[in-house]
Amino acid sequence: MGNTMKNRSPYLIIGNSAAAMGGVAGIRGRDADGLITIVNREQRGAYYRPLISYLLGGKVDEGKMPYRPSAMGESNLRLLQGVEARRIDVGGRIVETADGQSLGFENLLVATGGRPIVPKDLPGREAEGVFTFTTWDDAEKVRDFIEENEVKEAVVVGGGLIGLKCVEALTALRIKTTIAELAERILSTAFDETASQLALNSLKKGGAEVRCSTTASRILTKEGKVAGVALTDGTEVSCSLVVFTIGVAPEKSIVEGTAIRTDRGILVDSSMRTSVEGIYAAGDVAQAEDLLSGEKRCIAILPLAYRQGFIAGSNMAGGEAKYEGGLVMNAVDVCDLPTISVGMTSPQGEGYEVLSVLDEKAPVYKKIVLKDDRIVGAIFVGQIDRAGIITGLIKKRISVSGFKSLLLTDAFGLLSLPAEYRKHLVSGMGTEV
Amino acid sequence: MKRVIIKEEFCIGCRLCEINCLVQHSKSKKIIKVFRNERDSLVSGVQVEQSGYVSFAIQCRHCEDAPCMEACMTGAMHWDAETGAVLCEQDRCVGCWMCIMVCPVGAINTGPNRAVASKCDLCYGAEMPACVANCPNEALIYGEYDEE
Amino acid sequence: MLKARQWLVQPDFLVRRDPDKCIQCQVCVRQCSNDVHEYDAEEEVVISNSAECVGCHRCATLCPTNAISIEQAPLEFRPNANWDGNMIRNAYKQAESGGVLLSGMGNDRPYPIYWDHMLLNASQVTNPSIDPLREPMELLTHLGCKPDRVELSPASNPAKLATRLEPQLELETPIMFSAMSYGSISYHACLSLAQAAREAGTFANSGEGGLHKDLRAFADNMILQVASGRFGVDVDYLNAAAALEIKIGQGAKPGIGGHLPGEKVDASISATRMIPQGTDALSPAPHHDIYSIEDLRQLIYALKEATRYSKPVFVKIAAVHNVAAIASGMVRAGAEVVVIDGFRGGTGAAPTMIRDNVGIPIEFALAAVDSRLRQEGIRNRASVVAAGGFRCSADVVKAIALGADAVNIGTAALVAMGCHLCQKCYTGKCNWGIATQDPILTKRLNPNIGTRRLVNLLRAWSLEIKEMMGGMGINAIESLRGNRDHLRGINLTGRELAILDIKAAGE
Repeated sequence: MGNTMKNRSPYLIIGNSAAAMGGVAGIRGRDADGLITIVNREQRGAYYRPLISYLLGGKVDEGKMPYRPSAMGESNLRLLQGVEARRIDVGGRIVETADGQSLGFENLLVATGGRPIVPKDLPGREAEGVFTFTTWDDAEKVRDFIEENEVKEAVVVGGGLIGLKCVEALTALRIKTTIAELAERILSTAFDETASQLALNSLKKGGAEVRCSTTASRILTKEGKVAGVALTDGTEVSCSLVVFTIGVAPEKSIVEGTAIRTDRGILVDSSMRTSVEGIYAAGDVAQAEDLLSGEKRCIAILPLAYRQGFIAGSNMAGGEAKYEGGLVMNAVDVCDLPTISVGMTSPQGEGYEVLSVLDEKAPVYKKIVLKDDRIVGAIFVGQIDRAGIITGLIKKRISVSGFKSLLLTDAFGLLSLPAEYRKHLVSGMGTEV
Repeated sequence: MKRVIIKEEFCIGCRLCEINCLVQHSKSKKIIKVFRNERDSLVSGVQVEQSGYVSFAIQCRHCEDAPCMEACMTGAMHWDAETGAVLCEQDRCVGCWMCIMVCPVGAINTGPNRAVASKCDLCYGAEMPACVANCPNEALIYGEYDEE
Repeated sequence: MLKARQWLVQPDFLVRRDPDKCIQCQVCVRQCSNDVHEYDAEEEVVISNSAECVGCHRCATLCPTNAISIEQAPLEFRPNANWDGNMIRNAYKQAESGGVLLSGMGNDRPYPIYWDHMLLNASQVTNPSIDPLREPMELLTHLGCKPDRVELSPASNPAKLATRLEPQLELETPIMFSAMSYGSISYHACLSLAQAAREAGTFANSGEGGLHKDLRAFADNMILQVASGRFGVDVDYLNAAAALEIKIGQGAKPGIGGHLPGEKVDASISATRMIPQGTDALSPAPHHDIYSIEDLRQLIYALKEATRYSKPVFVKIAAVHNVAAIASGMVRAGAEVVVIDGFRGGTGAAPTMIRDNVGIPIEFALAAVDSRLRQEGIRNRASVVAAGGFRCSADVVKAIALGADAVNIGTAALVAMGCHLCQKCYTGKCNWGIATQDPILTKRLNPNIGTRRLVNLLRAWSLEIKEMMGGMGINAIESLRGNRDHLRGINLTGRELAILDIKAAGE
């Protein structure tokens, strides 16, 4: 114990993905030399999880997986790879690891991310050929399995964002893939019905098969290996590979039993502080304020994870950065159909105005959801250029009453916006407007 | 750090900036050849917006705190210390379009064939960006915006 | 819209597009205000309708591959020294329209240019040349009434001036900008002229359009005009100016008033001139309160009273027959600067016949006025400013040698800002953003660039003047002024030499 007091790290981060990278940047923005210790369960350097589907599909090779290796080289950084943090001693300010180390800290950032959800009692889940899909290791295992077993057919359980990216990777490897999605449609949280349909069409064109309102009831095996999946709708699909992409839950197990308050995730305030002084949380594990609703929720999106991490890091180094609030946003390319969805895309209740334009053949679909003349949600399918301007309008809560009719036109751009906002937007960045 | 400063009141909507951006980023660098052979494989980094007699050219602002860099999952969007520009390393880009989703000025486009993200690179290595050099009315100037 | 075609009227220019160079970028389509170029989306080519081309070269200048050339009227007439192409085409236009021919800019007919018949001296053996790069050269010029005699206070040391001097304008170089009204030219053009005048230490002239409120800041470098329409004239206007100019006439259209077509009168012009939007701004031919030389004197002194005798009063006339006598009368009436505008002077709009046939060359007018005022012993009472078609610094030097205190440049200034002398100023569609109020077009004249180009022109001409002076062995413009011995005539008749009062080359 005495040892660790002397070796107390000014900054200790559990996790090594986006939130951790943001944390490092935030710290270094204020403290150029303070020692940062990173504890990572994975035997890996930093990387961003969304890349694993590209790795699987062959679009990215191993050399490109690590996160900006050059940026890290200069920091005073101690990386403990393959070390799992087991417990936080909040009072003593020590993190205990699985291999028996006691790491003292002054400031701690919990950036443990998410844990894949797997149905607990699914018959057949121990068979060879059943995988989850969250880490680099997962991608490698799947890829190796595919090669060794010459997989020709696969089933992906869960038609959300991760599921679709996984499907895309598998179809790129010429594997006949079937998706089983529990909801009535794929991407039911991010998209509305129209967008889901367009995404579905694109997947079908890419060679995948989609089954909705169903999920796996049992994994069929033969000699201990996957032979197929029985679905709740009564049908069976033959395959030799099953990937579960139902979703992720915040990986908060490490704070259980401590004074750090949790709900679905680890609760944080607008400075990314947990209920315990000196301990911060960021990324998929954190539950922070949602920009539009004001409530705290877990939003597992990469740029938000980075930003939260950055704010946490900055504040750990004595800053007073504030989190503006999280905005749900996703950009996903579904078999060469680019899509972007931001905010409330399928509003429930009264008081919302919806504008949309659809060209099924192209396909192009644009939808804007408004409340009190402010944009609260948007979907872009097929034509996504300049969508970021809309994201900005949502974030800044700009009233669009003066130019509502221009929002969905092809010519919509910065000139459509009121000069005041445009000036504010680009002032100091080089535009005199 | 030098940036392209836009003077909206002088933009005449001629689009010579767009044309010269294409030429600068082409293989042949010869304008007639570019428009004959390479046109479809190039996307201009600068775009002219026009509404009535108001027009202006906008390209990547090379923000200090660029949202695209934060959102980039591969690290393709990175900051170049030498020029102060935000560059997209196209070999790293996987075309996830997160950058397009977060860019507040809409400066990033899906590149030709919609494979990778495409945006202004401040004519990396050149003395002066092509758009600035070829604007007939000095609606784009190259300078430190603190001086303004 | 279908309307009857004017069959006799043929295009003035031929637009030639090199198909090997044209990349269909459509810059020309976007830039031509006369809709000459059009993109045919089906055929994927740009096509040009030469009929509408005015020869302003905007498209050719901006074309990134230099694919466009503009050539003269494609239909060539049988050579006819009497009925040249212009005369024939004018007759066609009038036969079709029944209207008065209008033109912009100055007289373009092939009358002799007398500057080109005068040659300058250079020192050879005695009175050696001066190197302007090594020795100071004085171009400083003062415009105003000079006293008959100068008295110093005997007692003071250093000596102090006892004589009270009339107000003077001080110019760093003997070149000013001619009167060009806000309305005939764009706000950006006016701003460029005002800023350049300030930067170069000279003066611009508001013309009869009044002074735009945003240009008030430059009034210290502006001569403000009081013309027959009295547009924009109130007591604040008068007091803001560095000097006032009563405009009796201008070289482009002696005998008639200014003309700003209604197309060019937008909200801002309306406010500045204090006239209704969209109406033609026609200045009356005479000032309706000046019907005799005594009336002129009254107006001069009314302006002096209104401005407490603090500014010199200019009077501008067109160069016409008997200009010497008129100038003498003006000086005796109290004008402190006489501005004479020769028949090459430019305008935004004038009836072509008047522009090309009325008035006399500035060379003769200037020589005549200077000689007469000297003869009558009143040359000191007013400065003489010459205007009307000065094309280069050599013209300026010759004018000063003939007796001018300074010159005004109008056309040259516009050319410096990008004018290509297509002479269609009166249409309000100037593609260079100069002679128009259309906001799409006025954007094209960036005042930063306009100012820079004007200052460059003045600087270049000033350096050349110094070079020529140095060659003549003079180091101060005062030594050149009225020094006709520095001029020799070439290819001039005896009569012309006599009126100019210069010797012939060889003498």
